[in-house]
Amino acid sequence: MSLIDLANPTKFLALTARVLPWLAGATVILLLIGLYQSAMAPDDYQQGATVKIMFIHVPNAWLSMFVWGIMSIASLGTLVWRHPLADVAAKAAAPIGAAFTFLALVTGSLWGRPMWGTYWEWDARLTSVLILFLMYLGLIALWRAVEDPSRAARAAAVLTLVGAINIPIIKFSVDWWNTLHQPASVIRMGGPTLDNAFLIPLLIMAIAFSLLFITLHLAAMRNEILRRRVRSLQMMQANQQRAA
Amino acid sequence: MRLSGKDLRCVRGGREVFAGLGFAASSGEALAITGPNGSGKTSLLRVIAGLLVPSDGSIALDGGEAELTVAEQAHYLGHRDALKPALSVLENLSFWRDFLGGEADDAGRCLTLVGLDHATHLPAAYLSAGQRRRLSIARLLVARRPVWLLDEPTSALDTKGQDLFVGLMRDHLANGGIVIAATHTPLGIDVREMRMGAAP
Amino acid sequence: MTALSALIRRDIRIALRVGGGALIGVLFFLTVTVLMPFAVGPDLALLSRLGPAILWLGALLASLLTLDRLFTADHEDGSLDLIVMSRTPLELACAAKALAHWLAAGLPLIVATPALGLLLNLDGTATVAVALTLLAGTPALTFTGMIGAALAVTLHRGGLLLAVLVLPLSIPVLIFGVAASQAAITGPMSFGTPFSILCALSLVSFVVGPFAAAASLRHGLD
Repeated sequence: MSLIDLANPTKFLALTARVLPWLAGATVILLLIGLYQSAMAPDDYQQGATVKIMFIHVPNAWLSMFVWGIMSIASLGTLVWRHPLADVAAKAAAPIGAAFTFLALVTGSLWGRPMWGTYWEWDARLTSVLILFLMYLGLIALWRAVEDPSRAARAAAVLTLVGAINIPIIKFSVDWWNTLHQPASVIRMGGPTLDNAFLIPLLIMAIAFSLLFITLHLAAMRNEILRRRVRSLQMMQANQQRAA
Repeated sequence: MRLSGKDLRCVRGGREVFAGLGFAASSGEALAITGPNGSGKTSLLRVIAGLLVPSDGSIALDGGEAELTVAEQAHYLGHRDALKPALSVLENLSFWRDFLGGEADDAGRCLTLVGLDHATHLPAAYLSAGQRRRLSIARLLVARRPVWLLDEPTSALDTKGQDLFVGLMRDHLANGGIVIAATHTPLGIDVREMRMGAAP
Repeated sequence: MTALSALIRRDIRIALRVGGGALIGVLFFLTVTVLMPFAVGPDLALLSRLGPAILWLGALLASLLTLDRLFTADHEDGSLDLIVMSRTPLELACAAKALAHWLAAGLPLIVATPALGLLLNLDGTATVAVALTLLAGTPALTFTGMIGAALAVTLHRGGLLLAVLVLPLSIPVLIFGVAASQAAITGPMSFGTPFSILCALSLVSFVVGPFAAAASLRHGLD
């Protein structure tokens, strides 16, 4: 089966129906291994057991940006190649990306609590993630504001790509703003190089969460394709009644 | 010069408006697109004008300027007047002459042709619906374009206005122009009719 | 060139004529600034410390609100169709419209800054600094905001949704605009660094804004 065949929604549905159970199984197994390894990892000599939040936080933070990258590629697919599945992929990814970003925010805040003494500190990384979260919500709002999916797709694609250009600029600005307003003595998260005892569970968790994203994304794309089919069936029904 | 389209398919909001549609019109020829509401007359004009992207098919203007697209060689007269009430009649027309570019005509002369020379300096806000339409028609004259795409051009015009417009269309056709009009009422010139089907 | 200058002249003319469209932005700017002391208290020392931030926020909101109609007005009366069809590249036409908007609605904000600086107890240097940063930064606000204005055409609505989409994009401009003003007033950093980054942001927006707006308009019509 070539990539061109995958462009056909029907073939996509058939293929994903076969692949999804395996993906879901692999995700569960890897998550279990990752969680076990994380629980077994030693406590940090400075941060104690709170360091284990890292095993959840870092994969989520990584995915929050990775998903925007996926949506940007899909947006190029919509605008440049007019690929029929591209806007389905972009639309399905946005809520999942927003969820990962939200988890990154919450875990980051919980992790920061013992270190900073407050749940929220205007730390450069957390602030960037917060802005990213706002941008995800804006994008979802945009998708919901337009009834016609193909029109919404183009608007959302433009905004996604503008966001992709802007995210590094925002990141840079916020880092700069942060050093301006706070002396460098603040504890930086994720700071020093990691020992293997932390690195291996972290890698496993990162892979497990990436697989989780792929599973959820494919499932959401299937839903979106089916939702559009229902929509066009309903439209055909409306037209038939009008013609009758 | 020959404007033609083939295998055109237009989908809007997930609904197929028309499919497998072809048309052709040569210099000096007028094509009247008729059909009931919702049959896709306006959509077809907007596809030709490049404002809607067809899902399939192509449009070509043989014998036109090679480096320009069809849309760039066409005038589109839609339901909306593209007039700014805050600007005077002359300012409105002069803007379109300067902005559209190409071979241009004197704005004052064109206003005389459509019978608006008495209102040159009045704000466009004071015009009646018929006068607004006349001002839009003056836009077709002030910058020369070989293809005229007209959507219900004679609506809002009184008999005198319609006669005047018929004369202008005749002149345009005599000069080798092409007219494609979506219309319910007879245009008053020799046309080839193309009937679009009822909604599927 | 004639086409673009005709478009710029038309838009400025309309902005100045229609119920003082451009001046409403200045009035809004004034009102927001006057509102601030009621929220934070009439402490002049505090106000002069917050001054640049207040002026920047006011300018940001004012330019966002006036941008709302940048393309929708032309869309509603059918002008946008003709602009899209014309022989002028749509990217250039978008840039020309944004420039006209900035001249009619952005520049008056900067002219009004000294008067508002007085209300916020800013001294001469501070006022000049804020006005300079606004001069360098508001074009960036206009050119990123136009992306939202173009999306509003597809959406058939602007207002709140537009603000939600555009405001996160303008965070960098806000950061460096306020930072440069503060640097000129209190130091310790040099004014030059944030100011040149602010100029760079404006230059980037000159490229990204028109292209994104044109891409959104080109197939957002119906």
